[in-house]
Amino acid sequence: MENSRRKFLQTSSIIAASLYSGNELIASEIKQEKPINYGVLVDTTICVGCRNCEWSCKTAHNIPTDELENYHQNRDIFKEFRRPNPKAYTVVNEFENPDSELIPINVKYQCMHCNQPACVSACIVGAFTKNDNGAVTWDTDKCIGCRYCMVACPFQIPTFDFDKALVPDIHKCDFCYDRTTKGLLPACVEKCPVEALLFGPKDEILRVAKKRIQRHPDNYNKKIYGEKEVGGTSWIYLSKVDFSKLRFPKLKEKPAPGVSEAIQHGIFSYFIPPLALYAWLGGVMWVSKRKKKLEEELNMEEK
Amino acid sequence: MENLEIKPIRQKFFTPGVLLITLIALNGLVFILLRFLFGIGYVTNLNDQYPWGLWIGVDVAAGVALAAGGFMTAAIGHIFHREEYFCVVRPALLTAMLGYTFVAFAVFIDIGRWYYIWHPLIMWNPNSALFEVGICVMTYVTVLYIEFMPILTERFLGKVNLPGILKIFNNFLEFILKLIDKTLNKVQFIFIIAGVVLSSLHQSSLGTLMIIAGDKMHPLWQTPVLPLLFLISAVAVGFPMVVFESLIAARSFKLKPEIKTLARLASNVPLLLGIYIAFKIGDMAIRKTYVYLSEINIYSIAYFIEMLLLIIPAILLNFKKVLTTPLYLFISATMIVAGVLINRINNFIVAYTPPYKVNTYIPSFGEFSVTIGCIALLIMLYRAFVMIFPIIAQPKDELKPNIN
Repeated sequence: MENSRRKFLQTSSIIAASLYSGNELIASEIKQEKPINYGVLVDTTICVGCRNCEWSCKTAHNIPTDELENYHQNRDIFKEFRRPNPKAYTVVNEFENPDSELIPINVKYQCMHCNQPACVSACIVGAFTKNDNGAVTWDTDKCIGCRYCMVACPFQIPTFDFDKALVPDIHKCDFCYDRTTKGLLPACVEKCPVEALLFGPKDEILRVAKKRIQRHPDNYNKKIYGEKEVGGTSWIYLSKVDFSKLRFPKLKEKPAPGVSEAIQHGIFSYFIPPLALYAWLGGVMWVSKRKKKLEEELNMEEK
Repeated sequence: MENLEIKPIRQKFFTPGVLLITLIALNGLVFILLRFLFGIGYVTNLNDQYPWGLWIGVDVAAGVALAAGGFMTAAIGHIFHREEYFCVVRPALLTAMLGYTFVAFAVFIDIGRWYYIWHPLIMWNPNSALFEVGICVMTYVTVLYIEFMPILTERFLGKVNLPGILKIFNNFLEFILKLIDKTLNKVQFIFIIAGVVLSSLHQSSLGTLMIIAGDKMHPLWQTPVLPLLFLISAVAVGFPMVVFESLIAARSFKLKPEIKTLARLASNVPLLLGIYIAFKIGDMAIRKTYVYLSEINIYSIAYFIEMLLLIIPAILLNFKKVLTTPLYLFISATMIVAGVLINRINNFIVAYTPPYKVNTYIPSFGEFSVTIGCIALLIMLYRAFVMIFPIIAQPKDELKPNIN
């Protein structure tokens, strides 16, 4: 009920908007009649590595953090390649720029929020959800701490409290679900001083990304990372250098859970294979038992 | 076979060897305690790069595979009614029952929130291969306990004699046993078939587990036919595992090994292993992964070890001399058990390479302690069970007087 009402409001507002603006993109949204699926475009050619995003992410998620001032000044932290961890859902790394020694390349990492997430498919208790607005979120009330999501994730994103004995959590970027559902921007996007992060409907940010490549072909390599990787992700990246140099994994286009789910559902399609096996074994058991009984009876008669 | 009788073994429980095993078990228990007190990271070398390690690879994955003797002998003994195998059915059932109990225990130790281990029962995700494995293993453990019930009633029916104040429960327990005995006899076949079906399902689903890891898994092992390979290898290792443990048990209890039965069992193995090896090599040929064997590294070496440990015994077990000589038979069976064990380790640990790898995972002393400690506990429980329950076939006219 709640959902359909929201959908109606959304659709009608989009219709109204498109009537006024005549925006083709928004018109195409109506045809799909889906709730808005958001994404973020990360332009690594704009990022200056100020790490405001790291700080605001921690603040938004109640993770203890240093003064913002120290984030700006501490450049030594870039000497080491860092990964998201239980105390930082997003991290910025620095790479050498082949074109300029003075201007390094900074890349922000966080959960990519896949369109068809491996973690959602893998989780034994369904603790992960791909929400309508694009966010992949984790439910602490369900999680049993098996860490299969970490095995499954192609981007090595979920992290785990290995040091906690009682209530270890899985930590990852939740696309600021609590904020975006209230109409606020994700904390990192809001705090970015140079608009290296662009939040918007996925289709629209993809269009912007393509336009940027078209307008400044010298500034970008042609690839949009996340457009097609593992079936597409909500967060997409632009870069001048090849993405493998920024340590993005080289991934295939088919969604990560595809093969696994196909096999899983094949083995269990309508429970026919297991039931057939059961029936066959039952038949064999019955026949072999009867045979044995018959043999015994024949032996008796002979005697 | 007529001069054999299945009855509890009457020997002393503690020998110097068992004492050593007890120490190993205690050492494992210490680390299990530490894990529950200070968390998984305190005891293991697991981290965000390597979320799964020795406990999942060996205790769970290999444990399930090596407990396959239970469903294989149930199939051949009860479903195909081959009576010549009667003396291995109960030991294999016991191994499976204890083995699966320890698999569940290992999962309990490994998951971060052990107190939520029941969650999959009510929170379903049918897309998840792990969910399927979890549900199937839980059900199968229950089925194994039910399959064990007749042994329980055989041992205690009419003999319930609790000491002291517990005497008041005697009649009640006797009644329960009688009830189990009467009802179970008629419906046991349902559980026996269910056990075989459940085993086939989760043995294969264990193979599905790593498929979702995609490119994180080395191409030598990552293939869409993994579920099939896991199922066939479990089927192939079932009998060798029974042979392996029967020969060890015979040695340990100074009994004459049932070499004829074991030889018959093992004579099935070359065919089963042959099918597995054919699928493995066929898959390699189709996916052209042999290119990875041209360079010598940890992956190609691990692959060769795993395959040789299966190919050599598959050839050896064709010879009558090997089948009928306890030592040769034992060596062949051990190679197969080791081959499947290493295959599971390769699939879950060696083949797994995280995209942002900083250091290679090598299990910690604590992890080894827990794994080996659990195996030691399993051996001790096995020993206790065969001394309490009628499980192992022995000569009828035993010259030794009953100590008990």
